[in-house]
Amino acid sequence: MTTTTSTHLTTTTIATTEHQHPHPDHRILGLYMFLIAEGMIFVGLFVAYFTFRAVAPGMQGDLPKLELMLPGINTIILVSSSFVMNRGQSAIKKNDTKGLQFWFGLTALMGATFLVGQMYEYFHLEFGLKSSLFASTFYVLTGFHGLHVCFGLILTLGVLWRSRTPEHYSEHSHFGVEAAEIYWHFVDVIWILLFVILYLL
Amino acid sequence: MTTLTQISNDTTPSGGDRPKPEWRKYFGFSHDHKVIGIQYLVTSFFFYLIGGALAAAVRTELATPASDFVSPELYNSLFTLHGTVMIFLWIVPSTAGFINYLVPLMIGARDMAFPRLNAIAFWMLPPSGLLLMSSFFVGPASAGWTSYPPLSTMGPVAGELIWILSVLLLGTSSILGAINFIVTIWKMRVPQMGWNDMPLFCWASLATGILALVSTPVLAGALILLSFDLVVGTSFFNPTGGGDPIVYQHMFWFYSHPAVYIMILPVFGMISDIIPVHSRKAIFGYRAIAYSSIAICFLGLIVWAHHMFTSGTPPWLRMFFMFATMVIAVPTGIKVFSWVATMWGGKIQLNSAMLFAMGFVSMFVIGGISGVMLAAVPFDIHVHDTYFVVAHFHYVLFGGSVFGLYSGMYHWFPKITGRMLNEKLGKIHFALNFIGFNLTFLPMHKLGLDGMNRRIAEYDPKYATINIICSIGTLLLAVSTVPFLINAVRSWFWGDRAPANPWNGLTLEWSVSSPPPVENFAVDPIPACHPYAYGKPPVSISAPQPEPVST
Repeated sequence: MTTTTSTHLTTTTIATTEHQHPHPDHRILGLYMFLIAEGMIFVGLFVAYFTFRAVAPGMQGDLPKLELMLPGINTIILVSSSFVMNRGQSAIKKNDTKGLQFWFGLTALMGATFLVGQMYEYFHLEFGLKSSLFASTFYVLTGFHGLHVCFGLILTLGVLWRSRTPEHYSEHSHFGVEAAEIYWHFVDVIWILLFVILYLL
Repeated sequence: MTTLTQISNDTTPSGGDRPKPEWRKYFGFSHDHKVIGIQYLVTSFFFYLIGGALAAAVRTELATPASDFVSPELYNSLFTLHGTVMIFLWIVPSTAGFINYLVPLMIGARDMAFPRLNAIAFWMLPPSGLLLMSSFFVGPASAGWTSYPPLSTMGPVAGELIWILSVLLLGTSSILGAINFIVTIWKMRVPQMGWNDMPLFCWASLATGILALVSTPVLAGALILLSFDLVVGTSFFNPTGGGDPIVYQHMFWFYSHPAVYIMILPVFGMISDIIPVHSRKAIFGYRAIAYSSIAICFLGLIVWAHHMFTSGTPPWLRMFFMFATMVIAVPTGIKVFSWVATMWGGKIQLNSAMLFAMGFVSMFVIGGISGVMLAAVPFDIHVHDTYFVVAHFHYVLFGGSVFGLYSGMYHWFPKITGRMLNEKLGKIHFALNFIGFNLTFLPMHKLGLDGMNRRIAEYDPKYATINIICSIGTLLLAVSTVPFLINAVRSWFWGDRAPANPWNGLTLEWSVSSPPPVENFAVDPIPACHPYAYGKPPVSISAPQPEPVST
């Protein structure tokens, strides 16, 4: 049995290269896959919101009017922070760690401002979590997004922490920087959709 | 090789004169896809036994028309946990185990794309399983595995919340696994292996990964909203507070219908790899089977509301979902015909793996046909929530998935453990399983057509005779597990040594030793022929002649 097997083996496999490869790096692709899954949670929640508006008895007629000033400013801050963050990645591509730290620090500050703004909005709204179906959906959707902003903020601060080690990020190796930025853009796009759906429509 | 040696050196005290025992890595955070595959398979089989015990309790209760074995409340919890365990802790993770173990070997890779993520995904499984079982101490969930509100928000809160948390954890594990499967199959193939040179199991795994990645998050969204209703008292799904319970049903089935394909597609893939080997014949219609997996993947995402024909779904929507559901029978039928055509005229070896594979095809056809029947709106409304539905999905998930999983275990056990299983015990297992399965579930079709509702502990005495037959079948099914367990344990320790390629298969996993070395391939393998080139002369390498042009 063993002899027939070994002759069979020589026909199916041929030795080519010596085995010395490092494990291939597909982390960015993996992150995109993860974001597809994350995006699907939001798609599910958005579709639920639209369905509630179409059929649920609690969301017929006039919905509470939302103040647009503060969330509008918040939107501008969050959207521009994406561009600010991109400068950070451009900096590390030129091996400029100081530049990375500056732009990422600014991003973190803008993200934190967004969260504070959202907290302020929560405390000054006239409805609470259980006031109506619209109120519940509003808080769960914006809150779930806020959690993602928090997580993006933690990633950004993590990059800042790690960048204190000299040479930790370089023009050739900066997956952490890239990943934090991709995640931040994702959170940003979700917010734009959320803003349009909840505040404008 | 290097990483694992380093790890074991690091953890051995004082110079590493005593290496860690081999078995201990199976209880640790190993990054090796083969270890993780075995962890998935053994853990999920353990939960299969638990789920089976729950099923046995359900059938014992139903042996008599009166509610006399357990209290009706406990009965509700028993079938709820039976469904949850069998789906989320047995079939889904055991297919993940096969995908983990086999895909890197089949595509010539040394590991999955993200080995550490892989280990994390596995290690979410035991805690969530234990969490779910622990709910027996506080009064477990009792609203069925579908957990429809308002029923699910009216029962015991603690049990339901534990159920939600456990399913969320298992869903996360499934998503992380799916990311790994997709990226591995996409990027880690040896360069010489094009998409159409992949074994069909890899195609099926890819489709499974896409489905799990896209649909599981929507279930997570539904469960988040449900837990708000349950704990905080919001009214997303509560009509008295202005919400709509139907929205939950849509979100739930948007995951749970594709979940059926998540559970059956990998098994389709395994069967497509097992049947040609034991029929000694090339697979019939390689591309048809490969692309039909992808077709099922996309169609599977747009048929969910056929579970909701009686939920006030508007007629035009019903027509759409009825049509889409019937269309999905086409790619499935393509597969079944291809398997039969592969066996046709082949030198079929009736060993345990092949018996289970043939059992799979025949049983799945019955489940598929009753599926098409249920897709028809008028018929579905007649038998909705009766035992006909129970019979249907057990033919798909037990006669289908579980027979296929057993077939895969008999087929790949020699590769995984390096030992051969005992054929005689395997055949006893198959016979008991096949008879017990049909005795349990075939009569349920009649019960359902006669109008017996599912999820009830008490029933009209006129159904008593058939129910006794079903319960006897269950006893046989429980007994059938014994020869398998004896066989698996005995063979793993004392079985005959398995050669590298006991079945003379052509896929790459058979080209390495049994069990495979730590990093699978010392050198990158080059597939010398198509994975299904059985019984064919060697491929000619001369350039094809241009055909004469008639003028």
